[in-house]
Amino acid sequence: MADTKTSETAPKKGKWTRRAFIGAGVVAGGALVIGVAVRPGNPIDRLSPMVAKGKGEQLINAWVKVDADNIVTAIIPHVEMGQGVFTSLAQMLADELDADWSKVRILEAPADAKYVSHDIGREFLAPNLEVPAILEPTVGGTFLQLATAMNLQITGGSFSVRGTGQRAMRVAGAAAKEMLIAAAAEEWNVPAGELRAENSMILHDKSSKSAPFADFAAAAADQGLPNKPKLKSPKDYKLMGKAMARHDIPEKSNGTALFGIDADLPGMKYAAVKAAPVVGATIESMNVDTAKSMPGVLQILNMGDFVAVVADGYWQAQQALGTIDAKYSKTEGDTLNQDALFARYATVLDEAGDDDGDIETEKGDVTEAFAGAATKVEAEYKVPFLAHATMEPMNCTAWVRDGKCDVWSGHQAPLMARKAAADTLGIDTDAVTYHNAYLGGGFGRRSENDAIIMATRIAKAVPYPVKMIWSREEDTMHDHYRPSATSRFQAGLDKDGKAVSWSNIHTHLFDPQEAPTVPYYNIANHKIRKIDVPTHLRFGPWRSVDHSQHGYFIESFVDELAHAAGKDGYAYRRELLAGSKRHLAVLDKAAEMAGWGKPLPEGHGRGIAFVPSFGTIVAEVAEVDMTGAKPKVKKIYVAADPGFAVNPDGFAAQMESSIAYGLTATLYGEISVKDGAVQQSNFHDYPILRINEMPEVEVGIINGDHKRLGGAGEPGLPPLAPAVTNAIFAATGKRVRELPLSKVDFA
Amino acid sequence: MITLNVNGEAKDVDVDPATPILWVVRENLKMTGTKFGCGVALCGACTVHLDGKPVRSCSTPVSEADGKAITTIEGLAEEDGTFSKVQQAWVDQQVAQCGYCQSGQIMSATALLKNNPNPTDEQIDAAMAGNICRCGTYVRIRKAIKTAAGTSSETQEA
Repeated sequence: MADTKTSETAPKKGKWTRRAFIGAGVVAGGALVIGVAVRPGNPIDRLSPMVAKGKGEQLINAWVKVDADNIVTAIIPHVEMGQGVFTSLAQMLADELDADWSKVRILEAPADAKYVSHDIGREFLAPNLEVPAILEPTVGGTFLQLATAMNLQITGGSFSVRGTGQRAMRVAGAAAKEMLIAAAAEEWNVPAGELRAENSMILHDKSSKSAPFADFAAAAADQGLPNKPKLKSPKDYKLMGKAMARHDIPEKSNGTALFGIDADLPGMKYAAVKAAPVVGATIESMNVDTAKSMPGVLQILNMGDFVAVVADGYWQAQQALGTIDAKYSKTEGDTLNQDALFARYATVLDEAGDDDGDIETEKGDVTEAFAGAATKVEAEYKVPFLAHATMEPMNCTAWVRDGKCDVWSGHQAPLMARKAAADTLGIDTDAVTYHNAYLGGGFGRRSENDAIIMATRIAKAVPYPVKMIWSREEDTMHDHYRPSATSRFQAGLDKDGKAVSWSNIHTHLFDPQEAPTVPYYNIANHKIRKIDVPTHLRFGPWRSVDHSQHGYFIESFVDELAHAAGKDGYAYRRELLAGSKRHLAVLDKAAEMAGWGKPLPEGHGRGIAFVPSFGTIVAEVAEVDMTGAKPKVKKIYVAADPGFAVNPDGFAAQMESSIAYGLTATLYGEISVKDGAVQQSNFHDYPILRINEMPEVEVGIINGDHKRLGGAGEPGLPPLAPAVTNAIFAATGKRVRELPLSKVDFA
Repeated sequence: MITLNVNGEAKDVDVDPATPILWVVRENLKMTGTKFGCGVALCGACTVHLDGKPVRSCSTPVSEADGKAITTIEGLAEEDGTFSKVQQAWVDQQVAQCGYCQSGQIMSATALLKNNPNPTDEQIDAAMAGNICRCGTYVRIRKAIKTAAGTSSETQEA
């Protein structure tokens, strides 16, 4: 199906961006155009059948239920892919509720439109939007409508805690507490003001009366939803800010955690698939003579853009698939080769006039400032496409029968997955039940619907439930890759070395709203442009999205400016951040932790980089040993200000994780293309960082603003590559302007 | 019909003897703790023990298990569910993130500590280098192995 790529990529990306939102005409120029919307009342009657089916369970509001044994369950509208979101969101709800943490359970919200949160829509579509209190109900309703229309029940953008946590989980917990107290006040005939909650009990200190939440749960649900539940101030936090043990770790340590690939149904069969090597090509012919008589083989399906073998077992399906020789149609993509790709970028950039491309940000007059500069610095940087390489290969189980469909997978946006299956079958979304499981790695890959669509198509062709699993080779060759890019910079420095102009033009494939390439540095004149250079390869969000490449570009170039100015990279950044108190605090902390300026052994170097992203400010210092044949990254110091770390240990884990993910890309990551097809296939030619290459990591957290939280899953990544390459420069004088390092000759 | 010894229990399976242990365990025996990652013994997600030695089950035909004891992640805990020392260390050090590779990591670490109760940092890295973790939990894996070995008193605040 040649149109898969276009139909999946183009419109969907737009949905999540502020630009698309503006395009929808709801926000114009930052001002709200109020839609007709009403904030809904307590929806528990509609929700209970889905989430409170247990004996004695009472839903208090959309996000919390209490059972007869006084177990409090937090209902989490996000997916767990290792970032610890089930635990940190439950901490936020339980803290405001004053629940007994040992009696808190977690339930992932069902993939249902009723569990769309207007807060998700709001954080995705209009982050940091401030509105007067009087407009809140209408604004909330508007975002709810939009979020519903867009199937926004997504986990990404590092915003679960800062968006849903702050705006939904805490509010839900506080509201539930007020409702329980109101119910208890009625029951005991005392003023609500004399009651308090502690450890899942309601207490009346005057009479020494106390009773568990459960006693009031039913009556609480009948209370009106409080308009403005009172949230705790940080001094009263009992769970937030503490390193609570993650809820999901025990079951991930004894093999009982269930991932998408573990779905099991009576009568289920298995499908192995092979897609056309060049995206967009279709199967012209295939020889299935050997495959069709192999043991266990039930069906061989020519799906146009891929072949599927369905068998009694997955290994049987794979064996048979391996014998099939398919011929594919010619496509325009066939002529693309890796060298030509970067040559194409270079040509487009060479030919771009001063006014070509889209301006992302402009201030002052760069042309004039550059012309008058005492020192001029120019550089070009390149990065390749990158695969996500989640440890769990893409997979999906589907069962189509009687005009309905059930789908099992691990997806970052369950509602989108459900809609994709429904659209594939041409049935109503209500006829599809989507069952989400743990994700064996997400990193953006599992926000795409391709595997869902493929499995649903296979399931439509067979009369039984079928589990489709991609081989590692399919997973590597048919990803939605982090875009490759070339970025060119030009800067002018005054006689004191201060940057007075900053021009940047870069190729791009992705909506930059995810990653503003505005320098956060104070430079009087700047102009940043992007220019589209499409290819047939599929691309998509990859951990930290565009920050992953622009962090490297910008922080490398700033380091070059420091060198040109004859200053040290840390001191130079300090000057450019002058006046930004929180930024400076983070930069200073990283330098202090790393002992910046202290001597290192011969052949070792230290590099610093600073990237605020997803609401969190991060600086990293890398120590690299360049005495061997290739760079050895010894230690990474991370200083980060996420506003307030709800679970500091979970936050530190995400920093460690981002460093490993970023270091894989820095050292090895490269997807290259030959005759239109991706050349890499498995971990031998797409290597992943292993334990023996993992540097030590030290994380320092600054809680700089408890009211404005930042993300955790992504912001640790962007500074990693430039910290390492800047350290290499410090050690060797060699500036790395193209990743990965495996391509660089350090001899 | 092949009779296998899995986690101390005899199991009869009707499969082609060339079938990798991975798929027999996952599909025929419905024990899904052992994971498929690469299919060619490059990532370690499928690690199980054959007579106590770690093997990549995705690339080991079930015929090789004839007369040998297979141990999977499901066989590490006590019968009452009490975690093994290594599993408990994984919880104490809050190792898992997405968790997909961790069965394999724990099987490799268990085999390491059986042969070498007090591994050095280098020995830990060498023994664990066959197990990829895409979430990058390596720092904590090192700590957890030391915790399990009793060579580190450091524990996480819980």
